[in-house]
Amino acid sequence: MASPSFVTRDDVLSWGRVHRRPQQVAAPRFCDEFAALLDNRGASSSRLAIGMRRSYGDSCLNSDGAMIDMSGLDRFIAFDEATGTLRAEAGVPLSQILAFAVPRGWFLPTTPGTRFVSLGGAIANDVHGKNHHQAGSFGCHVKSFDLLRSDASSCVVTKENEAGLFAATIGGLGLTGVIEWAEIRLEKIGSAYLDVETIPYVGLDEFWAITEESVEKFEHTVSWIDCSARGAKFGRGIFSRANWREDGVFTPHNDDTWKNIPFDAPALLLNQYSVASFNEVYFRANKAKAGISHQHYAAFFYPLDAILNWNRLYGQRGMFQYQCVIPPDNARAAIAALLNEITRSGQASFLAVLKTFGDRQSPGLLSFPRPGATLALDFPNRGSETLRLLSRLDAIVGHAGGALYPAKDGRLSAEMFRRSFPRWCEFLEYKDPGMNSDFWRRVAE
Amino acid sequence: MNDANKRIIILGVASAIAEATARIWAAQGARLFIVARDKGRLDTIAADLKTRGAVEVTAVAIDCAKANTALELDAMVKTLGGLDVLLLAYGTLGEQKRLEADPEAVRDLIQTNFTSAVAWCLSASAVLERQRSGTLVVIGSVAGDRGRRSNFIYGACKGGLARLVEGIAHKLAPIGARAVIIKPGFIDTPMTAAFEKKGLLWAKPDVVAGLIVKAAERGGPVVYAPAFWRWIMLVIHHLPTFLFNKLNI
Repeated sequence: MASPSFVTRDDVLSWGRVHRRPQQVAAPRFCDEFAALLDNRGASSSRLAIGMRRSYGDSCLNSDGAMIDMSGLDRFIAFDEATGTLRAEAGVPLSQILAFAVPRGWFLPTTPGTRFVSLGGAIANDVHGKNHHQAGSFGCHVKSFDLLRSDASSCVVTKENEAGLFAATIGGLGLTGVIEWAEIRLEKIGSAYLDVETIPYVGLDEFWAITEESVEKFEHTVSWIDCSARGAKFGRGIFSRANWREDGVFTPHNDDTWKNIPFDAPALLLNQYSVASFNEVYFRANKAKAGISHQHYAAFFYPLDAILNWNRLYGQRGMFQYQCVIPPDNARAAIAALLNEITRSGQASFLAVLKTFGDRQSPGLLSFPRPGATLALDFPNRGSETLRLLSRLDAIVGHAGGALYPAKDGRLSAEMFRRSFPRWCEFLEYKDPGMNSDFWRRVAE
Repeated sequence: MNDANKRIIILGVASAIAEATARIWAAQGARLFIVARDKGRLDTIAADLKTRGAVEVTAVAIDCAKANTALELDAMVKTLGGLDVLLLAYGTLGEQKRLEADPEAVRDLIQTNFTSAVAWCLSASAVLERQRSGTLVVIGSVAGDRGRRSNFIYGACKGGLARLVEGIAHKLAPIGARAVIIKPGFIDTPMTAAFEKKGLLWAKPDVVAGLIVKAAERGGPVVYAPAFWRWIMLVIHHLPTFLFNKLNI
């Protein structure tokens, strides 16, 4: 049993909303509360610090132990206007960092597709963004952090003074201890707007050609790919590439949105036909506006953040996300094979993203980003039918020497995890014995 | 008064609502004098507010429930060179069941939530009267509107405070200074950590903070936060006793 500060909650879900078990949750607001929350003498229950629960599966859940919700630790500690170095508590959401930094002419060094993740979560999952081919992963821009271990020791970790612990904590899924605060380097921008070029393509060959031509000249590249289109339309998509403008307009985004999905959509809303029609409309709409446009960073990086709780569109049973990376040499063949398998299944939803990673090495022992191509898409949870499809995809990814992304996963096998992350044994040396998660119990114990 | 550099005192800044409010003022470039009991927490908050843009942050650890209010307040006002807003935000919820069996604890609760708060309000009122400007903002509660079995001791303190602030507002009105009682409904804060937070009635501290900042600028002496609580409380207030007694609230 956890201490009285922990409350049993059955409304604490991860983003995919598939895993539904009660969680013991404490929500501290100050660092001085951690000692009591981590103290598990007389009880063997483990802890896990969590952020905004945007991980899709079970890596941010700890049903057999207790979780420490870090969202109350969302303070800035210091900002150096000259160098862009920001030190902040781990619970601060990236959206708040942007609201603070953009008017001052700074931006996150790289950002995932949602701004509603915490700083600690961005580090613990070593997240990546559309500029990976130039900037590398989020962890590449972390200077230091304070790590509190379950034995009550704490230390400021840098690459220089604690190389092992540093590499284990970046991408370490919160299992090396509680990150209390972190210091990151922001990137100077000349505007809050980007010049975005939208290019429709049909077929993977075109995708690869545009990618090759874009990675040098464009800081941001990404593409949407239609996993429901067959025949002559197979492999069609929309490529976007962008660079920051230099017009000196620094308008931050607005987090006050009225768009919300207040309840779970009926399970049948997303079916093969509705998805195919949506994709058709989306493709045509984008084809019509092909060319160069100005976009605010919120529209370019975070289109889905405009609708809070969009995950509820997938209904009560929730969804799985599948994100893999395939090494460069096998990328063309394996991505084509995956796309074939997915299209054939008719189970795909509309959000499929295809992009290439660059060569910059991710700093974490369990970091997901590595050179190659990454494909990410959602599947409504239809039980064993969905799980069987995902296993077939695993076989293709495994055969190609690829890896799956823990932040997106809620079902991969221990074997697949170990193949994806060959350094996981090294990681064990640094794992905090007092920390655990449902994900970790599944893949490593 | 330069709008960007408002001089603001916050008593009990470590409360979630007060801290969220302080952040808005900090981003506007206010000059802040912040007070809480715990020095470590206070310094953490001060660093955050400074980073967010407060022109000046003075942080002093005081136990507001036991302070000599007139003396302390005069020193604070002197530091700031005047007073535009005083936000009184400290307080404790207490456990109704335990309180009913423990007169000592009741005395402490009243000392914190009412007696000391009255002293601060009167001291602040004197400053505002002298200046002929500025606003006193006090955090009350919807619990003060009608005594209910789940928290009527806490509710009595907040209800009493509401009467006091209304009176101060009435007194200050002719000279241009103001007083406002804020009545938050269900707010998701550590004070309510033990409650199930489900449904549309629960609001985040940020929402209340926005209303406090607005209330410090203009408006009437009673502000429900969020505003729909005015209507909920109107209904609860006017429920006939035979119905009210059946509600377990």
